[in-house]
Amino acid sequence: MSKPYATNSSDPLDALLAVTRNAAEGNAIRDTIVSDIYRLSRSICKEAVTYEDRRKLASAYKLDKWVTSRIWGFPIMLAILGAVFWITIAGANVPSAWIASMFGVVEGYLTAGFQAVNAPDWLHGILVLGFFRGTSWVVSVMLPPMAIFFPVFALLENFGYLPRVAFNMDRLFKKSGGHGKQALTMSMGFGCNAAAILSTRIIESPRERMLAILTNNFVPCNGRWPTLILLSSLFMATGAVGGWHTLTTALIVMGMVLIGIVVTLAVSWALSKTALRGVPTHYTLELPPYRRPQFWKTILIASKDKSWSVLKRAVVVAAPAGVLTWILGNITVGNDSILGHMAAFFDPFAQLIGLDGYILMAFILGLPANEIVLPILLMGYLSSGAMVDADGIDNIKEIFLQHGWTWLTALNMMLFSLLHYPCGTTLFNIYKETKSVKWTVLSAVIPLAIAIAVTFVTAQVIRALGWV
Amino acid sequence: MRTYTIALAGNPNTGKSTLFNTLTGLRQHTGNWAGKTVLMAEGEFTYGKSAFRMIDLPGTYSLYSNSADEEVARDYIIFEQPDVTIVVLDATSLERNLNLALQVLEMTSRVVVCVNLIDEAKKRGVRIDLQMISKRLGVPCVAISARNKIGIDALMEQVEKVASGEISPEPVQIPYSKEIEEKVKELQPIIAQTLGTRFPTRWIALRLLDGDEGLLKSLRERMQEPTVPVKRERIGHEQTICH
Repeated sequence: MSKPYATNSSDPLDALLAVTRNAAEGNAIRDTIVSDIYRLSRSICKEAVTYEDRRKLASAYKLDKWVTSRIWGFPIMLAILGAVFWITIAGANVPSAWIASMFGVVEGYLTAGFQAVNAPDWLHGILVLGFFRGTSWVVSVMLPPMAIFFPVFALLENFGYLPRVAFNMDRLFKKSGGHGKQALTMSMGFGCNAAAILSTRIIESPRERMLAILTNNFVPCNGRWPTLILLSSLFMATGAVGGWHTLTTALIVMGMVLIGIVVTLAVSWALSKTALRGVPTHYTLELPPYRRPQFWKTILIASKDKSWSVLKRAVVVAAPAGVLTWILGNITVGNDSILGHMAAFFDPFAQLIGLDGYILMAFILGLPANEIVLPILLMGYLSSGAMVDADGIDNIKEIFLQHGWTWLTALNMMLFSLLHYPCGTTLFNIYKETKSVKWTVLSAVIPLAIAIAVTFVTAQVIRALGWV
Repeated sequence: MRTYTIALAGNPNTGKSTLFNTLTGLRQHTGNWAGKTVLMAEGEFTYGKSAFRMIDLPGTYSLYSNSADEEVARDYIIFEQPDVTIVVLDATSLERNLNLALQVLEMTSRVVVCVNLIDEAKKRGVRIDLQMISKRLGVPCVAISARNKIGIDALMEQVEKVASGEISPEPVQIPYSKEIEEKVKELQPIIAQTLGTRFPTRWIALRLLDGDEGLLKSLRERMQEPTVPVKRERIGHEQTICH
C-alpha cells in the first residue's frame, strides 16, 4: 500500500479527500460500520440488561391496537380533534365575554379621564380608540381560546398521541408524494407555522422537506384560530341554540381544518408531480410508549407560556397596528379617509371573491401577524362607519352586519384566512431555511393563488345558486 | 469559578429536554414524540461548587449527518468540544440507544452516560446492570429519572468529575472489520498532519471513508475561518421561537 500522499493541490482538504477516495475504493462502508456498532451494542445489552417479562414491556403499547388501526385510526383522530375544538369553544365563550366587558369598562374610565383633562380628540383617538382598543380586542378574542387549546394539545402531545397521528396519516402523505413526518410538522403548524417551518428539519430529504415547508400554512395557526372560531360562531352556527351552537361551531372549525388538510395533500401531490418530482423516501417512525402526562404541570406551563406570549404579541404587534389603522382611518383626503380610499380601491376585486375592500386590506396590513387581521378589520369598519360601541361579541356581529356581511362573507373570510399566504415571520423563516428567494416567493404565491381561486369559485357558485 | 459546558445528546424522545429543564430551571418545550427539539436550547446553572452552561442538542438516532438536525448535533460535539457530553439513554430501549452512545464515544472521551426513565424500566421489569455498562463503555454511567428528579445528584457528581479532569474516561473503541481498520490506520497520520490533533482522527477517518461530504464542508469552513463558532441558533429563557 504505497500510494503517494503528496499532491499538488493547494487545498489540503482536497488532497485528503483524494486520498480517502482512493482508500475507500468506491465502496459504501456505512453498512459495515453500522452493523459493527450494532453488534457491540447488542453484546453489551446481553450482559447488562435482563428482562423479567417481555410481555410487560409491550403493555405500554396496548392502546395502539385501536389508535393506529386501519379501521379506527381515523375516526378516533377526528373524534379527538372535534373534542379539542369543542372544549376550546365551549370553555372560551364566557371568559372572552368577561374580558371584553372588563376592557369596555376600563375604556369608559379612560375616555372619562381624557375628557376630564380636556385632552385633544386626536390624542384620545390614537391612545384609547387605537392603541387600547386594538390591544384589548386581540387579548379578549385570542387569550381564552388559546389558553384552553394549547394545554389540551400539550396533554395529547405529552401522552404520545402525535406520532400516532403521523402513523395514521403516513399513507395519505406517501400517496401525495410527501414524507410521513410531514404529518408531524403539520401538527406543529396548529400552534405556529413559523415554528413548524423549523421543525421540518426532522425530514431528511430536501425535496420532501420543501413540500412540508410549502404546505405548512394550510393548517391554521394560533393567529388564525380566533378568526375561524369567532366567525363560525357568529355566522355559520346561527341556526343552532344552546349546547348545539357550541357543537356546530366546533364541527365547522373542524371542517375548516379538514379542508386545510385536503389542500395540504392536494398541493403536495401537485408539486411532487411537477416542480418537486420524486419518490417518497423510506423512514422509520418511532412510536414512543404512551406516558401519562404530568397533568397540572403541563396545563400550568402551557397556559402560562401561551398566555404570556399572546399578551406580549398583543402589545408588540397589535398595538402599533391599532394606532396605524386609527390614523389611516381618521386622516381625510378629499371626501374620505385614507383607509376608505384604500378599501374602495380593493373593493371591486374583493367583491368578486366574496369579500370586501376592508377585509382584503386587513389581510394585507395583517401580513406581519395573522392575529391582527380581525382587529384591523373592525377598526377599519369603526373608523369609517357609524361609531358603534364594540364591547361584547354580539356587537361585533352588529358591526359586520352593518357593513353588508352575509354568511358567505364570513365563510369566504374563513377560507381566505385558512388558505392565504403565511405571516411575515413564517416567510422569514422559510427564507432562512431554504436560502432561496424563489421558494420563499412561491410559498406565498401558491397559497395566495389557491385562496383567491377557492373563494372566487365559492362566491360565484353560491351567488349563482341564489343562496345569499 | 470556571463555567463548564455540557452538551446533552441522545436519541429523540429520551427525556433530554426534561433533564435540561430539571437542571436549568428553564421551560424548554417537552413532548412525547421524536423530533420535537430541532433548535439547540441553552441554559446556565450552578451545581455544587461549579457553574455549568448546558446545551440541549436535537435528538438524533445517529450522528452521520443524514439530516440537518443530525449535523447540528454532530458539529457541536466535534467543533465546540464541550467539557462534558451527557448521552441520555432510554432505559426501556437500551439496545437501540446504545448505538448513539457508541457514536458519541468515537468523537469525544469526555462522556457521562445517563440512563433515563429508570423508574419506568423498573416498572416494566427491565433490570439494568449499570456497572457492567460503565465497564464495557469505559465511561461513567448513572441511572436517573429526570421527570421525578431521581439520581440527579449522582449524575452531576460524575459530570463534575469528568469536567474537572478528576476522571478521564477511556472509552471503548468499536472494533471494525479488518479492512476498515487497515484503511483507518492508513488515513490517521495523514489526517493528523492535515488537521492537527484537535479533532479525533479515528472518527474523521471513518467519516471520510464513509464519504461524508457534509463533514468536509464543515471542516473547510472551520479551517478557513478557525475562529468562527458553530452557527448559534438557540433559544434562551422566556423566548419562544414563534415570532
